[in-house]
Parts: sequence; structure tokens; C-alpha cells
Amino acid sequence: MQIEPDKIEFLGSSAPVLDGMTSLRAFRPFADEICQFLNALSQSLMTDKEAKVYPDVITFGFFCRKGNIEKLKETYKSRISNRLGRGVTFHIAPSNVPINFAYSLVCGLLSGNACIVRAPTKSFPQTGIVCRAIQQIFENDTFRTLKNHIAIVRYNQNNDITAYLSSLCDVRIIWGGDDTIHEIRKIPIPPRAFDLTFADRYSLCVIQAAAYLEKSDPIKTAQDFYNDTYLYDQNACSSPRLMVWIGSHEAICEAKGKFWDAVHECIKERYALEPVIAVDKFTALCRCAIDQIGVMQEKMPDNLIDRIRIETLFPDLDQYRCAGGSFLEYDDRSLDALAAIITRKYQTLSYIGFRPEDLQEWILSNRLSGIDRIVPVGKTADFGPIWDGYDLISFLSRICDIH
Amino acid sequence: MNDDSYFAIPPYSLNKESKHALLSETLNSLTRHHYQACWQYRRIIDAIQFDTTPSRSYYDLPFLPVRLFKEYDLLSIDKAAVIKTMTSSGTSGQQVSRIFLDSATAVRQTKALSKIVASYFGQKRLPMLILDSSAVIENRAMFSARSAGILGFSMFSCDRIYALDENMNLDGEGIAAFLEKHEGKNILLFGFTFIIWQHFYKELKRTGFRPDLSKGTILHGGGWKKLADQAVSPTAFKKALHEVCGIQRVYDYYGMIEQTGSIYMECECGHLHASIFSDVIIRRARDFSVADIGEKGIIQVLSILPGSYPGHSLLTEDEGVLLGEDDCPCGRLGKYFSISGRLKNAEIRGCSDTYADRTR
Repeated sequence: MQIEPDKIEFLGSSAPVLDGMTSLRAFRPFADEICQFLNALSQSLMTDKEAKVYPDVITFGFFCRKGNIEKLKETYKSRISNRLGRGVTFHIAPSNVPINFAYSLVCGLLSGNACIVRAPTKSFPQTGIVCRAIQQIFENDTFRTLKNHIAIVRYNQNNDITAYLSSLCDVRIIWGGDDTIHEIRKIPIPPRAFDLTFADRYSLCVIQAAAYLEKSDPIKTAQDFYNDTYLYDQNACSSPRLMVWIGSHEAICEAKGKFWDAVHECIKERYALEPVIAVDKFTALCRCAIDQIGVMQEKMPDNLIDRIRIETLFPDLDQYRCAGGSFLEYDDRSLDALAAIITRKYQTLSYIGFRPEDLQEWILSNRLSGIDRIVPVGKTADFGPIWDGYDLISFLSRICDIH
Repeated sequence: MNDDSYFAIPPYSLNKESKHALLSETLNSLTRHHYQACWQYRRIIDAIQFDTTPSRSYYDLPFLPVRLFKEYDLLSIDKAAVIKTMTSSGTSGQQVSRIFLDSATAVRQTKALSKIVASYFGQKRLPMLILDSSAVIENRAMFSARSAGILGFSMFSCDRIYALDENMNLDGEGIAAFLEKHEGKNILLFGFTFIIWQHFYKELKRTGFRPDLSKGTILHGGGWKKLADQAVSPTAFKKALHEVCGIQRVYDYYGMIEQTGSIYMECECGHLHASIFSDVIIRRARDFSVADIGEKGIIQVLSILPGSYPGHSLLTEDEGVLLGEDDCPCGRLGKYFSISGRLKNAEIRGCSDTYADRTR
């Protein structure tokens, strides 16, 4: 296949021989070389002066440290002894989450693969910091052999290049939006390869009002909720948009007051509301009010938090999603009504005052078609090798079976 | 106050207090009217728990986001009473606003516009050179912002021709003949800012054709976005036009299809002015409170004209600055302001689709 190589920018290393990647031998999952490389990357990032400004880079650096990778390896121990990486993984990162490409790369590497990563077209400082750290590590002789296993590329939309890179891969990992997935899927991959897609998802938070009132520290909870929402403009798929309050009417009223007051206090000095977002959120309220019966705007002191109270849980309520701090709120005595509207679209269920085992059992026994993650408030953005219901380590490696 | 006495008031003659009383009365009653007549409007007003019964300052009345008219058919009349549907001139693929007029609202729009225009150019009808193509108005069924503007302003002319042919080429001969016919008279030129620049100014510049329009007045609207992209400022726009045709009076106006008629005209000092038929309130994004003079904010527009659709109080997606009230050196009373441009698209962090915009 002919492509114009000068249209591809190689980040993190001098141009590796892309064609050659298919003939590299895959590693076993959690191979020592890879774990050591990640630890070196972690050390480099954690001491990088520029990285300090970016909490997402630091969090990523922390994720790659030896202790964490060893802990992860331990959880996979029994399942990886008969596995090898599939070969070459091609990761298409979303163009507006700076650090996502790095996590995707780590999953590809830990599974044992050579990785081609398409970094966001837009140049984020975070991309530069991570790629520079990788480059420095490759200058060290210890990791020279790994150099050909990683190609971080950047290019403007170009189907020829995407087709070429797709032709090399054993697994193509497409981080969504639905439209991106739809477009990329038109481009073929080799017969044995497959796509792993991360589509648009919708997430919610359930709060047991009485438990929140009794046990939670409102300030700490508000900070956790901030990390789930406003920290990334409430735009991550895992960021809650629907708040379901469970309990007696009185408890819910009191809990809501306390909760939102604390969240408002937490964000009022640090969240910069863009004017267009204020208009978007108000428009979302109006649309919801027109389409649904009994919609109420909950009064707040300003436009930082938009709360839309709904009387019933209706299907497709995700169409009123709006980034930047817009929440649908629903009160009930139990989770029964919620079960009826959960679709494949639902991803992360964050909670306050529930036992996660109970929520998991609620999903499994109701045989719900959605919700892949159950996390306490504050942890919705935490990355792990299990995402969207896929175990990436398993999917990106193959089994060599003895029967 | 009934329509006749309202339209008898000169459009820039009321000071803050008198205008406040008049607009409050009219806009409160419009709010009640639309609450009764438009179920979608009622649901929104109920959702924000606003009581329409007591009369209040028009500053305290609710507003709708202007985008709603792109997503919903909002009417306060029976569909059978619609005599005209106007649409915004969105670029292809964009959703357009749909505005439904009954005859009463259409008449009010025309009256308001004629009062505003007459206060600038006099009662006497002028020959008008339309800086656009006749092809724009051939489809009469759907009124786009462009055709509505052209037809709206044509009403105040005694004779008119289109400066551009159906292919948007400059009709030099036609213009020369028209100017000869009306030699010595004041001429009104009307068009959309970007089209004037692209198809009139640039063509004159390219061809070297230099019609004498020193007695002409240009009235133009439609926004600066495309010209700002080409780094053409309002001052540069005026200067450039003067150079190619000697024109001295160039007036911008701010208006939107959702509030046709009650436009905001630029004065001799370069300020946009609210007439007694409408007003602007600049609001802070943080809490929609009213911004101070000189403080940039989101523009809310109010108009006393919309009776057939709930468009009397709208939150636009434009940013602007209030420059003052009742004290513009041009002598017109009421607010004067400037437009800063469209609200900027947010730099969204998170994992939704932006890549797809580039794949398409």
C-alpha cells in the first residue's frame, strides 16, 4: 500500500519501520521488559517539571509505577500464563482527551503487543510531555529493543494512512464517539483482526439519602463529585448526568440541599463557566421541559449547576445530556423504576451509601443490558484495564491452549 | 396601549423611564399571551416556576434560548392563521429557525421597520440598489433571512434594481443605467455585509468600474463573522467601499429572523441603537444577571412585535457590550451597544466526539 510518509508525524521516537512491526515477536502479558519500561516512564513523568502542572499526566505516571503494575499483574496471574500478545494493536485515541492515548498504549503493551497509537490531531501539552519521556527512555540502551514496538503517530484526517495502519494490525482499538467508530469501521482490517470499540456512553449516580446524611463528609464527597464531573467539564462518558436519589421524601430533600450546597461551594471559585455552556445548559432544560411532563428547574444561586428535576424515568433521557454541569434528578424509594430504563448506552454507575455488591447483584439479577462499571463517587474517571465491560488484557492477547 | 398609538411614537424619542414603563407593560402582556397560547412556552415557564400574573419590570421576564426555534415549531396561533413562514439562512446542513407569522404580526413588523428606516432616511421613498441577486427572492413560499430583508427594505423604495445577476455577477450596465436615471438623487443601497464585500466591493475593485455613489447610503446587516475571518474590520469595510464608489454613509444593522422588524440600526457614531420597539439586555453567563455598561455579556433581545410565536424575549448566542443609554452623541434616546461576535464554542474536555467532525 502506498502512503505519503511525510504526512505522518512520529512522536516519541524517530520513525520506526511500520511494516516491520508485523514481524516482531509478541511478548507474554506483563513481560518484565514492559513492566520495567513502564516503571522508567513513571519515574520520568513523576519527576518532570512540566508534568506537574497536568494532574492527568501525574495520575498516568502514578498508574505506570512498579507497585501498581505488579499489583495488576498479580490479579491476572492465573489467567496469563498461557497467553501472548496478539501482535500489533492500532489505537485510535479521541482527539480531545489528552491522556487517553497513553492509557490505551499501556494496555496494548502490557498485553504483549507492538503498538501503533494515533495521538490526537490537536497538539496537547500532555501528549508532548508523555512522548518526550518515552523518547528519553529509548535513549537508554536498556530499552533499545523496545523502540520498534511503539509508534506514536499524528496525522490530519487521512483515510489512506488510517487504511495502511489498519492493514498492519491484529486489533484496532477505536475510542469513540459513535460517528468516529462508524467512519473508521468502513476501513478494512486483516481477516483475523477485530475492532474493539469504545462508543458514546451515558453514566449515572445513585445516592442513598439517609446513608449520605449519616455517614458522608459533605466537603469530601463534593470534592469527589467534582473530580467525576467539573474537573473535565462533565464530558467524560463516565461522568454522571443522571442523579437518582433513593429514600424518604424528607431524607432526600435534606440530602439534596446539603449535597448541592457543598458542590456549589467546592466549584464556585474554580470552575470557569463558558458563556456558550450557560446557554447550552439552559437550552437543555427548555428542551426537556417541552418534551416531558412535569419537568422542574431546581433553583440555584447561579448557572454553575443546572438541575433538572424529572417526575418519571423515561426512555432516551440521555438525549438531554449537556456538558458543563447539567444534571437530571429523580427521586424514588427503590431502584426498581431505574432498572426499566437501563440500556446498552449506560456505562458507569457511581454511588454513595450503597454496597457495590448489592448494586452488582441488582444489575445481574435484573439482567440489565447496560452498566459495566460500579464505582464509588470520585472514582469514575479512574482508568483500569477493564473498561466498558471489556478486559483489555484478555482481548489484546491470545490463548495458546493445551487440550 | 394599542398599536396605533404605539407606532405613532417616534422610535428613538423615549428616555429610560418612559421606555421602561412602556416595554414592561407590553412585554408582560405578551408573556401572558404566549403562556396561554403556546403549550411549549407554557411548559418552559412552568418548569422555571415563573408566575406570569403579576406585572414586573421587563428585565425580570423570562427568555427563551433562540436555538429552540431551530428544533421546535413554536406557534401562539392556529396553524391555519399562518400567512408566512420565515427561515434563517443557515449554511447547508445546519438546522434553520422557523418563524411563523400571522397577518397581525407581519403588519407590525413592517410598521416597526418603516418607522425605524424613515427616522434615518426620511419619509420620502428613495431609489434602491439591492446589492444581491434577484434569484434570492424567487422562491416566495419560504422566506429566508436574505429574502425577508430584501423584501422588507424594498418597501421603502420608489424604484429598485438588483446589482447582481442570477449567478451573483455584478451587473455593471444595469447599475450605470439606474444611476443615470436617478442622477442627483439620494440612493439607498441595501445588502448583506458579506455579500457586499464579496460580490460588490471585490468586483468593483477587480474590474475598475467606479460608479459614483457619493450620494448613496448603504444599509447592511447579517453579521461580521465571515469578514472577521478575512480580518476585515467595520472601519476597513467602510473605507474600502468609500474608495471604490465614493460612498460616505454606511450603516450596519443588527437583527435576526426571530425578531424581524425591530432591528438595531447603527448611528453616525458607529453605535447600534435600540428603538422603542425593542431592547437589548446584556447578561452575565455566570448567573444571567444584568451586566454593567462596558461589560461584555450574552445579548438578550426583547421585541414588542412577535404575537404569533413566543419570540418576544430571546437569549441570543451573540456577545455584546452596552455602551450607554439615552446619551449617545447622535442624539437618539434609548440604549446603544456593540456586538462582539458569536459566543465561542467551548474548549470541551472529555471523551466525546470531536474527531468525527474531521473525518466527515
